[in-house]
Amino acid sequence: MKTDSVLEKVFKSGQIAVTGECGPPRGTSVAKVKEKAELLRGYVDAVNITDNQTAMVRMSSFGASLILKQMEMQPLMQMVCRDRNRLAMQSEILSAYAHGVNTMLCLSGDHCKFGDHPMAKGVYDLDSVQLIQMVRKMCDEGKFQGGAAILEPPKMFIGAAANPFADPFELRVARLAKKVKAGADFIQTQCIFNLDKFEQWMKGVRERELHKQIYIMAGVTPIKSVGAARYMKNKVPGMDVPDHIVDRMAKTPKEKQAQEGINICVEMIQRLLSIEGVAGIHIMAIEWESAVAEIVQRSGLYPRPKV
Amino acid sequence: MITAERKPLAEIIDSIDAYKRILLVGCNECVTVCAAGGRKEVATLASALQMDFMKRGKHIDIREMTLERQCDPEYVEQLAPYIDQVDAVISMACGCGVQEVVRRFKAKRVYPAVNTKFMGASERPGVWAERCHGCGNCLLGLTGGICPIARCSKSLMNGPCGGSSKGKCEVSSEIDCVWQLIWDRLKELGIQDRYEDVIMAKDWSTERGGGPRKIVREDLAQ
Ligand code: SF4
Ligand code: SF4
Repeated sequence: MKTDSVLEKVFKSGQIAVTGECGPPRGTSVAKVKEKAELLRGYVDAVNITDNQTAMVRMSSFGASLILKQMEMQPLMQMVCRDRNRLAMQSEILSAYAHGVNTMLCLSGDHCKFGDHPMAKGVYDLDSVQLIQMVRKMCDEGKFQGGAAILEPPKMFIGAAANPFADPFELRVARLAKKVKAGADFIQTQCIFNLDKFEQWMKGVRERELHKQIYIMAGVTPIKSVGAARYMKNKVPGMDVPDHIVDRMAKTPKEKQAQEGINICVEMIQRLLSIEGVAGIHIMAIEWESAVAEIVQRSGLYPRPKV
Repeated sequence: MITAERKPLAEIIDSIDAYKRILLVGCNECVTVCAAGGRKEVATLASALQMDFMKRGKHIDIREMTLERQCDPEYVEQLAPYIDQVDAVISMACGCGVQEVVRRFKAKRVYPAVNTKFMGASERPGVWAERCHGCGNCLLGLTGGICPIARCSKSLMNGPCGGSSKGKCEVSSEIDCVWQLIWDRLKELGIQDRYEDVIMAKDWSTERGGGPRKIVREDLAQ
């Protein structure tokens, strides 16, 4: 075991890991964080705490992660390259680890243009691969990116993202390989709706035996309505929602669409779990945290292992 | 080249409204090529200003000049005989040219008439696109000759983000995803396996990280 991360322990135990997601509030409401997290308690091994997601200012990932620690839950602190340079990133990692946050996710981050501060200057001192490398070095070599020694280095379980649905598709396995090379421990993928494409990607991953070097968590999202399905299909960059899913939602009466969304999600998880190399499920029920309990239970992933 | 676009007329007028005699100075280099501040644009701006002042019942004297290179003291010197005859200077050169005029003629107010944009190239007539950020340590040799620093919206050095779609950047369908271009190029060259070489965290001290930069060539410096 490299770290104290519960997520790592679940992976190492050979069981399927489950993570959820909690977007911090656009304000100071501790109650809001607790309310969302409470809905996930017992159903996931760790909770992703997003970092100014969609480039909108929110309570920081570190700040909200602390609230989860106080609740005796396991936060998975996200960190994007958009808002911080390497000094700020490293000090945040030290602070987080000092407060018991031992699992994190390294991301590029959505461009400022998408958020409520499109006039802001994006930082991008590092990219996500370089961020992974930096955290790896901090943990394994006990050194800052600049080379100086760290007094009591952190031991982070290091995650990264993969989007098999973005272009160029043929580069996406190589991109994962690069993240493995940089030192990532686990991967969470973009929400999967196009199973064929995901399987094709996983085939490439297995051919290179990358799944033996990194834990791959397949990302899923329950769709609440046909409108949401259409929005994700047409408006969200890098999202691939096939027509048959939109059609299935459209054919469902409005009042039953949310339930159908959960059904689709559960079916998806069941199929994903049969794919060799899938080590976990990452459920992104954004602003719909209440759906997670049912999804986890019906997917046969409840109760969560005690590790 | 350095690209620029002329500022809106109203903004230029606003900056010089109080003056009666103006020296309007263009540049024969980059801003001429990108049709922002060459001889022709100097003439166009001069008549637009004249017309505006006239309409408002005011008068303005404008002397038009276009220097070979406004970022070069040797050419800026050519303004010396005229500088005392004017109240202010409008420069149509890039920010570098404006500042050379300022450096030489300390007592004179100098106003920019263009917005300096970026270092780029002409993609086709009338279209210029950004190509280089002048990072001070060129890595084009690693990326098939296409710059991810200047041309990726997030300056990602190790591959495309999750928003790259059908060759376009997540930021806008008007922007090519540079990582699609780099990938296509690596394939063309038959070296796509080089993509997996991790490009290490960049040393930005050669860029703006080290403060304003200077090149000193001892062999040429006097
Ligand atoms: S790598 Fe640096 S110097 Fe080379 S083209 Fe890009 S920004 Fe310019
Ligand atoms: S879509 Fe391509 S160009 Fe745009 S930010 Fe992502 S990698 Fe960079």
